[in-house]
Amino acid sequence: MKTVFSKTPTLKECSTHYCPGCGHGIAHRLLAEVIDELDIRDKTIGIAPVGCAVLAYEYLDIDMIEVAHGRAPAVATGMKRTNPDKVIFSYQGDGDLAAIGTAEIMHAAHRGERITVIFINNAIFGMTGGQMAPTTMLGQVTATSPEGRQADGTGYPMQISEMLSIMPGVCYVERCAISGIAAIRNTKRAIKHAVELQMTNQPGLSLVEILSPCPTYWRMKPANAMKWIEDEMVKVFPLGKIKDAAAKK
Amino acid sequence: MCGNEALAEAAIRAGLDAYFGYPITPQNEITAYLAKRMPEEGRVFVQSESELAAINMVFGAAATGKRTMTSSSSPGVSLMQEGLSYLAGAELPSVVVNVMRGGPGLGNIAPAQADYFQSTRGGGHGDYRTIVLAPSTVQEIVDSTGLAFDLADMYRMTVLILIDGILGQMMEPIVMKDAPPRKDLPAKDWALTGARGRNQNIVRSLWLGEGVLEQLNEHLKQKYAEITEKETRCYCHQIEDAEIILVSYGVCARVVRSAVDKARQNGIKAGWIRPFTLWPFPSKTIAEAAKPDVPFLVVEMSMGQMLEDVQLSLMGKAPTCLLGRAGGGVPTVEQVLKKIEQTLDKTNNSTLKT
Amino acid sequence: MAGKIKIDVERCKGCGLCIGVCPKKNLDFAKETNKKGLSVVKQITGECSGCTLCAIICPEAVIEVYRDEPPKNSKTTPKTDLVEEKR
Repeated sequence: MKTVFSKTPTLKECSTHYCPGCGHGIAHRLLAEVIDELDIRDKTIGIAPVGCAVLAYEYLDIDMIEVAHGRAPAVATGMKRTNPDKVIFSYQGDGDLAAIGTAEIMHAAHRGERITVIFINNAIFGMTGGQMAPTTMLGQVTATSPEGRQADGTGYPMQISEMLSIMPGVCYVERCAISGIAAIRNTKRAIKHAVELQMTNQPGLSLVEILSPCPTYWRMKPANAMKWIEDEMVKVFPLGKIKDAAAKK
Repeated sequence: MCGNEALAEAAIRAGLDAYFGYPITPQNEITAYLAKRMPEEGRVFVQSESELAAINMVFGAAATGKRTMTSSSSPGVSLMQEGLSYLAGAELPSVVVNVMRGGPGLGNIAPAQADYFQSTRGGGHGDYRTIVLAPSTVQEIVDSTGLAFDLADMYRMTVLILIDGILGQMMEPIVMKDAPPRKDLPAKDWALTGARGRNQNIVRSLWLGEGVLEQLNEHLKQKYAEITEKETRCYCHQIEDAEIILVSYGVCARVVRSAVDKARQNGIKAGWIRPFTLWPFPSKTIAEAAKPDVPFLVVEMSMGQMLEDVQLSLMGKAPTCLLGRAGGGVPTVEQVLKKIEQTLDKTNNSTLKT
Repeated sequence: MAGKIKIDVERCKGCGLCIGVCPKKNLDFAKETNKKGLSVVKQITGECSGCTLCAIICPEAVIEVYRDEPPKNSKTTPKTDLVEEKR
């Protein structure tokens, strides 16, 4: 028999701290598979966020750095400008990127930094106990929106990808999901495309937003959490390629 | 050259790979000078969107083993405190320049020395220190810059160069020379360069394991003790027979030097001590100069910040007092002389504080 | 059948996502727990085509998938690039 699926080398053999059914495990694996398939382990530097994935360097066997909450795009700028031949990616959650780090992502995008941003959107702040995030859905009950999110007073779920896509400094934005087999495969294709753009020195920032399940704080079983993404989240966060400056017309 | 530009050129001569900064008065000459010079040298210049972003760009470049610097002024340096704490925890080398201005709050754009606490006590969270250099002439600014990069690389520390709005703008003749890295600096094998043929390197400051963070803190404490032992620098003048010793740094030290010379001419046996490293502070030098009837007069452009370090160093063995100016006020030679006379006035002991 | 899987039960967290995607309904929760006390997943029918869907959805990458080699001269050998995730 031949092996048709086994763990890719850049994903470390270990038990993660993620909850059962958390999307991070899948996202990490896809990223590791892309790194191995493109054979770039020895020139990739990753930036871990503050969030559930703060220990991403325990799971991904590449040079990695852990930075202050939200600052990853600025750190990535410092790294890429001084090391243009390296593949630099940041891996950020919705608190990291869309709350505290909005200035940093906006300006890295605005300057057209040639970095890849993996944006994990699970509509909640997981690490700190399930508080409302900028991307939390209206009506969603969280630790800081116990009656369900109201637009009046807390605003609407933030559509960062759409906002970033209008900037000339952004070359590629796609929104994907970890909500089923086809969606997962598509997410991997998008991640690979984003990294390849950086490798071919395409001017501009590439960002892949990944809708990801948080069964624990959505108070759902893992399979139902994935279904909630497909049934509900995509109404506010539609999937698909939002911008691809390098695509042939 | 003016102080700001001299610092910028000196950084280039010391091998600055990347500069990240945001405009703020009175240090805009540094950003403008480097915006032009760095591309000429094929190096990196980025005007960041904020000081917060700038210090994080420094964090990134430093993590990949590059010589990197940012500069700002007091309110901007406040924004960098988070970054300084992370730099300390991750043990990354960097150089940060603070051209001090009046505060607190938005303050004004006139010179001040009111960031002494922020610089030496660590304005960010956690147990950490940054080396603080306090030049007082433009030549010293030039010499401090190369020194700052070497110390940063030697000890994996942030080195703060603390000047003020006057020194930044002041023009003096200087000798500028190349200042390549010292030969004895340790290799940066911890740097993130892509894990080719080796295990991954991780740059981090989060240590959740039982007892691990405490170990890091113990290690930092030992490192800081080593730096205190080896890198404390200060200058003294005529303190052996002094009946009053003035302590000052930066631009105030120039005023004090003139005042002490004049006092001596007037028959007053004054002397001065000028700390060059504010951290590590020359506590030993000050303690050794202590005599119970020789007051230490601290002259600084703040409401009494270095004063506290002088008092700590003396541990009550000599009286202290302060000539402090704030919000852009700069002490004059006349004011210092008057204060010397007041302090020594035997009939008015209320100016003395132990 | 042509396929086989191996589950590293000590790293399985019992999220159950693989159970839902298996087209052969080969997987279900076991009564046994692993050393951490988590309910793990096991194969119940042994009917496995080696499609790898369980491995693709597993957040912990605990599943390895094997498949028989197709016969050498088969005219109906399916394209494998779509399903082969690891060379």
